[in-house]
Amino acid sequence: MRHIKGLTLLLALGTALPALAASDKLLLTGGVSQLEGAAGGGLTPWAVIAGYGTRDQIGGSAFYTNVRSQDYELGAGGVAVGLWDRVELSYARQRFNTRDVGGALGLGTGFAFSQDIFGVKVKVLGDAILDQDSWMPQISVGMQYKRNDQGAVLQAIGAQKDHGTDFYVSATKLFLGQSFLANVTMRQTKANQLGILGFGGDKKDGYSTQFETSLAYLLRKDLAIGVEYRTKPDNLKIAREDNWYDVFIAYQPVKNVSVTLAYAQLGNIVIKDNQRAPYLSMQLGF
Amino acid sequence: MKTTTLAFTIATLVSLALPLSARADSELSTYQALGEKPGLVKIMDDFMGNLLADARTRPFFEKADQTRIKEQLVIQICAVLGGPCTYEGAPMGPVHASLGIRQEHFNALVEDLQLAMDKQGVPFRAQNKLLAKLAPMHREIITR
Repeated sequence: MRHIKGLTLLLALGTALPALAASDKLLLTGGVSQLEGAAGGGLTPWAVIAGYGTRDQIGGSAFYTNVRSQDYELGAGGVAVGLWDRVELSYARQRFNTRDVGGALGLGTGFAFSQDIFGVKVKVLGDAILDQDSWMPQISVGMQYKRNDQGAVLQAIGAQKDHGTDFYVSATKLFLGQSFLANVTMRQTKANQLGILGFGGDKKDGYSTQFETSLAYLLRKDLAIGVEYRTKPDNLKIAREDNWYDVFIAYQPVKNVSVTLAYAQLGNIVIKDNQRAPYLSMQLGF
Repeated sequence: MKTTTLAFTIATLVSLALPLSARADSELSTYQALGEKPGLVKIMDDFMGNLLADARTRPFFEKADQTRIKEQLVIQICAVLGGPCTYEGAPMGPVHASLGIRQEHFNALVEDLQLAMDKQGVPFRAQNKLLAKLAPMHREIITR
C-alpha cells in the first residue's frame, strides 16, 4: 500500500512540477536519484545537479526506490531542487523493514528503522557534459545530514549516535565521444549501513574515508547500463558490514521520467549474510 | 572485498584513460557515418526545419539567412571531422556575440540536431562523436 501511495504522489508531482520550471538539460545527463536523495547513480552521488535546470533555471526531481533482499526491504523516497545548475538541496526518507529478522531479534516482526536525510551539494568547477575538449571533470562537494528515529535500539546495538553528517566530494565526467560516463566520490562518514543502524560504533567511532564509483555506458539517447561500487565503514561489533555493488539499467521513456532497474549485492546485514536485492527506482525530473 | 575495491579502482582508472586511445579513432569514420556531404546536407535540412519548429530556437533562425547557415554548417562539420572541406566562414564567437544565447537555447539546439540525425539513421555513437566535437563551442556561443 505504502508503495502505491508513494507512486501516486510521484505521479501527481510529475504532472504538477513541469509547469513550475523550464527544463532544458540534455537527456540522461542529470543522473537519477541515489538512495540518499542526491542526484547520482543508484548508490552514489554524482557531481551533477538535480533536475533539468540550466545555469539560468531552477530544476528538480522526485523519486521513489524500493530494494528488497531475501530478508529485508528498504524503501526510499524524496525530492531535490537544483538551483541554477549550481546548488542542489535534497530531502529523502528511508524506511528499512526488518521483516522476520525483527521478530528473531525481539524487536517485533516488521520492525522498521526510518531516517530523514537532508542534503546539500554545490558544484565547484567544470562541466561534466559540455567541456568535451578537456579532461576536467565536473567537481562538486556535498553533505548529508541524517537523523534516525530509533535512538534506543541503535544504542542497544552499539551505535554511538542516532544522527550524523556525511561529507563528500564527487567528480563526474561524460566522455561523449565514447558514450561513456564515469563518476568517483570520496565520502567522510560515520554511518552504519547508510545510517539505518546509526552512526559510529563500539568497534570504531569516528569518520572514515569511503570510496564510491559509478560507470555507465550510453546505449541510446534514452538507455544506459552500468555498474556501481560503494565501500562502507565497519563500526559495529554486533555485525560485519560489507561493501555494496550493483549492475543497473536506466531507461528514460520521456524526458521527465526515468526508471532504473538494478541488481545489488549488499553482503552481510546484521544476522543475515549474502543479501542480494533487485532495485527498482522511478524518477521524475523537470 | 579488498580485491573488488581494487578491481573497481582499476576499472575506473582504465575508463578515465580510454579517451586517450580513442583519440586515435578516425574522425573520418564519423564523417562517413553521417553520410559524408550528401548526408550532411539532408541532416542540415531537417535540422533547420526542427530549429524553426522549436519555439525555443525559432527566434534565432526565422529571420536569418537559413540557406547560408545550412551551407556553412555542412562545411564546418565536414571540416571539424577531417572531411575534404575548409571552413572559411566567420569564427563562432563574433557571430554569436550579440544574440544573447542562453544554455537552454544551446541545449535545445543539440536536441534538434539529435532528432535530425535520428531521422537520417545516424548511429548513436557517431552522433555522440560529432556532439563531442561541437560541445566545446558552448564557450563562444552561450553569452548570457
